[in-house]
Amino acid sequence: MYKIVKAMELASSIVYFDVEAPRVAASCLPGQFVIVRMDADSERIPLTICDYDREKGTVTIVIQTIGAGTMKMKQLKEGDAFHDFVGPLGKPSEFCSEDLATLKEKKIIFVAGGLGTAPVYPQVKWLHKQGVQADVIIGAKTKDLLILEEEMKAVAGEVFPTTDDGSYGRAGMVTNTLKDLVEKEGKHYDVCVAIGPMIMMKFVCLTTKELGIPTIVSMNPIMVDGTGMCGACRLTVDGEVKFACVDGPEFDGHKVDFDQAMKRMTIYKTAEGRALLKAQEGDTHHGGCGNCEG
Amino acid sequence: MEVDVMKKVPVREQDAKERATNFEEVCLGYNEEEAMAEASRCLNCKNAQCMKGCPVSIDIPAFIQKVKEGEFEAAYQIISKSSALPAVCGRVCPQESQCEGKCIRGIKGEPVSIGKLERFVADWAMKNGIKPQPATEKKGKKVAVIGSGPAGLTCAGDLAKMGYDVTIFEALHEAGGVLVYGIPEFRLPKTRVVAKEIENVKSLGVKIETNVVIGKSTTIDELMEKEGFSAVFIGSGAGLPKFMGIPGEQANGVFSANEYLTRSNLMKAFDENSATPIMRAKKAVIVGGGNVAMDAARTALRLGAETHIVYRRSEEELPARVEEVHHAKEEGIIFDLLTNPVEILQDENGWVSGVKCIRMELGEPDESGRRRPVEVPGSEFVIDCDCVIMSLGTSPNPLISSTTEGLDINKRKCIIAEEEKGQTTKNGVFAGGDAVTGAATVVLAMGAGKAGAKGIDEFLSR
Ligand SMILES: Cc1cc2nc3c(=O)[nH]c(=O)nc-3n(C[C@H](O)[C@H](O)[C@H](O)COP(=O)(O)OP(=O)(O)OC[C@H]3O[C@@H](n4cnc5c(N)ncnc54)[C@H](O)[C@@H]3O)c2cc1C
Ligand code: FES
Repeated sequence: MYKIVKAMELASSIVYFDVEAPRVAASCLPGQFVIVRMDADSERIPLTICDYDREKGTVTIVIQTIGAGTMKMKQLKEGDAFHDFVGPLGKPSEFCSEDLATLKEKKIIFVAGGLGTAPVYPQVKWLHKQGVQADVIIGAKTKDLLILEEEMKAVAGEVFPTTDDGSYGRAGMVTNTLKDLVEKEGKHYDVCVAIGPMIMMKFVCLTTKELGIPTIVSMNPIMVDGTGMCGACRLTVDGEVKFACVDGPEFDGHKVDFDQAMKRMTIYKTAEGRALLKAQEGDTHHGGCGNCEG
Repeated sequence: MEVDVMKKVPVREQDAKERATNFEEVCLGYNEEEAMAEASRCLNCKNAQCMKGCPVSIDIPAFIQKVKEGEFEAAYQIISKSSALPAVCGRVCPQESQCEGKCIRGIKGEPVSIGKLERFVADWAMKNGIKPQPATEKKGKKVAVIGSGPAGLTCAGDLAKMGYDVTIFEALHEAGGVLVYGIPEFRLPKTRVVAKEIENVKSLGVKIETNVVIGKSTTIDELMEKEGFSAVFIGSGAGLPKFMGIPGEQANGVFSANEYLTRSNLMKAFDENSATPIMRAKKAVIVGGGNVAMDAARTALRLGAETHIVYRRSEEELPARVEEVHHAKEEGIIFDLLTNPVEILQDENGWVSGVKCIRMELGEPDESGRRRPVEVPGSEFVIDCDCVIMSLGTSPNPLISSTTEGLDINKRKCIIAEEEKGQTTKNGVFAGGDAVTGAATVVLAMGAGKAGAKGIDEFLSR
C-alpha cells in the first residue's frame, strides 16, 4: 500500500496527492509517469509524475476525476492509500540528459493545456534548478480550471495564462497566445514542449510547424502494463510503430500521427465517455470522441 | 473400477457447449478412485524413460506407486522435491512431447496419464492443507529474484529451501507472470490454483515485492551494491509482443494477444463488473497457432465472438498443446489453416472491418525442419470481422539488459546464460526461463529456475 500524505483539490474535479513511494521518488526524473490502482480490483491508470521529494520519498500526482476509474479517487483523503503505485515508467525528458551548456543557450516555451500543466511543472522546476528559465503558456477553459499558476511562476521565466472564455489572462486558444508571442511580441523560442489533451498538442504542432519551432509532445494513449508488454499504447511516429510507455511518452510532435492516435483513444469510450470528452474540450473539440467527424 | 490397460482412464470435462460460454475450468480432473485406477496402469519401469522426458526430473514412477497405494501425501512430498508448481504443471505442461511421450505404456496403447495424476496429487495436497517443508537452517545471505513467473518462483523456492533469504521483485501488481496474466482461468484457475502455489512458495520464507520494475524503479547494480543482495536471478520472461507490420495494424480492434489476455486474466475484464474494459467482438480473427493463440481464441469465443484461427502452416505444424487444439475445436473455433493475413481493412472511423488474407502452401523444410509456407499467387480473399488478435510470439523486454552493465544479450535479445547453472556474463548474476530461451514453456522455465538456484548456491558457497 502507498500512503497518501497530502491531498487537496486544485480545481473542481482536479485533485492533488503526495504519495509515499520511496522507490519511485528515488529514481524518477521529469517526463516519466507512474501507474496507479486505487483498490485491489481497480483499473491500472497511467499518470504523469508532477513532482517528487527524494528525501521524504514522496511523489506528487494530479488527477482529473472524470472517468469511472478516477471518479472514485475524489474521495481519497490524507492517510488513505493507493493499492498499487508503480514506476517511474517511460523515458525522462530529453533535456535531462542534454549538455547543460547547450541547454542554457536555448530559449524554451512550454505549452500546458488543462491537466497537462501538472506534468509541465516538474520539467520547468528541474530546468530552474539547472539555472534555465523557461516560459510557460498555461491554458484552461475557464479561470476556475487554471491550476498551478503560482507554483509555476516561482520557477518559470514568464508565465502566460490563457483561458478559452477570456475569464482570466489572455483570451482564446493557447495556439493564439503562442503565435502572438512570436509574431507580435518579438519572442524567440528554440524549442516548444506541449503537454495537454491530444487535440491541443495536435494544433500546437501545426502552429509550431508554421513558426519553425521544433516541438516535443508527451503522448498519453491507452495503456495497460506500462512496461512494453501489451502494445495497447502503440502510436505511429515518423511512419514507425512506437510504444508510448517505453519509447516515450515524449516524441517529436511534428512526426506523430495525431489523427490515428486520437482514433485509438476511442476504443473503449462509451457514449457517456465520448460526451465527456467533447464537453471537456469545448470549442477546441475537433475529433477523438468517436462521434464527430474528426 | 474397471481399467483397460491400453487406454487412459478418461478424465471428466465440462461439456463443450456449456463451457464455451463460461470461464470455469474445462478439465475437472480425476477423483481418488480414478487416480488410483490410472496409477495402476504404470509399469514402474526400472529405467524410467518418463523421467528423462521431464525437464525438472520428477521421480515419476515413485510418486505414481504412492498414488496406486492411496498414499497421496507421500506422493506429494516426492513431487515437491523436484517441482514448486505441480498443480500448474499438471495442467499446462506439453506432456505428450515430454514424460508421456516417452512412456513405455504408450508404445502399444495410450501412455499413462502422468499430467493428470500430477494434477490430482497437487490438488489433493492443496485441499488437505499440505505444504512443502521450509528450511531448518538459515544461510544469512540475500538473493534477489527478478520476475515471479515459473522460472522466478522455482528459483526462489529452491533457494529458500536451501536457507537463503530471498526477495522476488515483480513489475506487475500481482505475482505469477504468464500464469496470471497470460493463461486463462478456464485452463488454470487463478485463485484456486495459482495463488495457492504462490502461497506455498511464500510459506518457505520467500518475500515478494510487487510494483517494482527492475531497470526503472531500481537496477540490478543498485540491488547488489546498495541493498545487500549477494546474487541475482533474472526470470523476467519474454513479454514483448510482435506485430506483423502489415497495413491497418493500428486500427481500432487490433490487439496483441498479450493485451487481450492481460485485460481478461490479470484485470478480470471477462467479468462484466470489472473496472477494466475489453472488446466483446462479434467476429474475431486470431493470427497464430501456438498456445497463446488458442487461449486468445477461446477467450474471445467465451466473450461471445464467432472465432477464427488463421495460421499460415497446416494442422500438423500447430505448435499448441494437442489438448488445447482439441478443446478449441470442440468449442466451435474455426481453423483457417494455410492462410496468412496481408492487410487489415478498416472503416471510415478507423475500426477493423475485415482481414485480407492469402492462401499458402507448404514448400521445402526450413531451418526449424518444418516445411516453409509459401504464398499462392492471386489467392487473396477477405474475412469480415471486427476484431483481430495478433499472436505471433514474443521476445524478451530490453529493460533489464539495457540497464545492467556487463549483461550480454544475443541477437534475438535473449540474455546469454549458461544452461547448467544459469550463469550470465555478469558476476553474481544468473538467468533462466523465457528471458534466456525466448518464449518456451512453463516447465522449461522451471527447469531453468532450478538450474539457477543450483548455480547461485555454488557461487555463494565458494
Ligand atoms: C497465453 C499463454 C499461454 C501459454 N500456455 C502454455 C502452456 O499451456 N504450457 C506451457 O508449458 N507454457 C505455456 N506458455 C508459455 C509459458 O507460460 C512461459 O514459457 C513461462 O511462463 C515462462 O516463464 P518465465 O518465468 O520465464 O517468465 P514469465 O512467466 O513471463 O514471468 C516473468 C515475470 O517477470 C516480470 N518482469 C519482467 N520484466 C521485469 C522487470 N524489469 N522487473 C521486474 N519484473 C519483471 C513479468 O512481469 C512477469 O511477471 C504460455 C504462454 C502464454 C503467454
Ligand atoms: S502500455 Fe502495454 S505496451 Fe505500453
